[in-house]
Amino acid sequence: MNGPRLQRVADMDRQLIEIHIDGWQLSAMVGDTILVAMLTQRGLLRQKQEGEAAGAGFCLMGACQDCWVWLEDGRRVRACTTYVEPGLRIRTTWPDKIFAS
Amino acid sequence: MAGQDLRILIVGAGPAGLRAAELLAAAGCAPTLVDEAPRIGGQIYRQPPRVPGFARTAKELYGVGADRAKDLFVAFDRIRHKIDYRPSSLVHDLIDNRAIIASEGKSAEFAFDALILATGAMDRIAPTPGWTLPGVYSLGGAQIALKHQGCTIGSKVAFVGTGPLLLLTAYQYARAGVVPEVIVLPSRRLSFLAGSLSMLGTPAAAARGLRWLFGLRGRGVPILFGHRLERVLGDGQVAGIAVKNAAGKLREFACDAVALGYGLQSETQLADLAGLKFGFNAAQRQWLPESDAFGRAAGRQDVYLAGDGSGILGADAAEARGRLAAYALLSDRQIETGGYKPEEDIAIVSRWSRLQAALRRAFALPGDFYAQVPDHALLCRCESVQAGDYRGIAGLMGARELNRAKAYSRLGMGRCQGRLCGHAAAEILAGTLGVSLDSVGRLRCQPPVKPVTVGTVAERSS
Repeated sequence: MNGPRLQRVADMDRQLIEIHIDGWQLSAMVGDTILVAMLTQRGLLRQKQEGEAAGAGFCLMGACQDCWVWLEDGRRVRACTTYVEPGLRIRTTWPDKIFAS
Repeated sequence: MAGQDLRILIVGAGPAGLRAAELLAAAGCAPTLVDEAPRIGGQIYRQPPRVPGFARTAKELYGVGADRAKDLFVAFDRIRHKIDYRPSSLVHDLIDNRAIIASEGKSAEFAFDALILATGAMDRIAPTPGWTLPGVYSLGGAQIALKHQGCTIGSKVAFVGTGPLLLLTAYQYARAGVVPEVIVLPSRRLSFLAGSLSMLGTPAAAARGLRWLFGLRGRGVPILFGHRLERVLGDGQVAGIAVKNAAGKLREFACDAVALGYGLQSETQLADLAGLKFGFNAAQRQWLPESDAFGRAAGRQDVYLAGDGSGILGADAAEARGRLAAYALLSDRQIETGGYKPEEDIAIVSRWSRLQAALRRAFALPGDFYAQVPDHALLCRCESVQAGDYRGIAGLMGARELNRAKAYSRLGMGRCQGRLCGHAAAEILAGTLGVSLDSVGRLRCQPPVKPVTVGTVAERSS
């Protein structure tokens, strides 16, 4: 279920950076979209929860809006059109923080 | 008004928008070119990020389109300093002659004297039980993963749908080392052959298609014409597909990903917000903004249409249509067009129109294709509307038009705004009512054309 979904086949000689997903540290490549950084190492972008189906994206071109994930600062971003940055902190569920504050 | 004072907005930096910008710049104008992507090229010539380590050549990225891609990129480099290029920016609303452009979490207004819409196309999707399982991707998405990120959508991939992009992408996957498990086309082999025969007038295109087909056959890929996707198998993610032929015989194939796409549809949301006149295009089975042969939009003097956003003719025609729109814009304002003669581009467009007609024959869907979508298939993934619920709304509540059906069902109100489900919904509504596709109308576009945060709308940059 949580094995990698996407497979890298080219352009793999890139600098590695660290990002965080639900608090877990992961390596990504500079130039990865969030979607690619996550799905080359796991099966889902988003967990099933109230009002949200589990998801791994669909159109990969910013049209279907099926790849939304959350950042720890409360922002919601499209994983297929947002690129990773060093230290990026991603959440696969609604961040509690935005409701708690 | 002199060219340099004219405020021209071009939406879309694919082949059409880029060629329009090039001709305008040559005529002394300084157009503003707005594009959602961080780099030019559109979806067809989508580029990898500008990051060390993305090392593939144009030939590796674009195959037979490499020379065209390179030529386009060089043309852009030449005009880059003459135009106002705004990457990673989204025109999310049009109000009279003002465009609202979102970029980096802020919105800016741009008042234009003339607007060229080169908004391109996206996949046409049809629902099947299981199509929302993680691991099913749009066909265009499967190709973008490869071009833009050097990834495939899985290691055992099934390709399902119609159109040249299906064979091309499957072929590109095979070349990248991920040989497709199976290719499934609902189009019948006979119509494919008949359509292919009528392409003999354009041998280069026919040869291209044959190369993909034989390249795949040569690698042992099963290519199943006349089969429809019965369901995507798997619990929580894709594990395989079940397909059925005309005689009702079922076959299953194991896979961990599915690329799904039944040809392309034009992105017409901004044309709708601009208030343009639409007409039903029976060949494409879609309501499209109307224009003359040069792209002058019907219904407004200051809007021009170019490329696949106003009818699918492909990338090569899009370049010609971009130049034609720019030419019309300039000559309508008595601005010298630098010796450009439109005749050759008109001929290119009509050649691709003929080829497109042949392709439509080759990849025609069977007449009962949408009637066969089972009631329990999810039609709208945003709002969780099943095909059966939608059919019920048509029958019980008397919704005879898409926007009325939208009010009853929520289909089209979700975050994709009907991009994924709108066409299938129209086909199913028309089929249920027993009326022609054009008579159920089209989903009206509401701004913003894609979701932006309230903060982005409210925060104005000067």
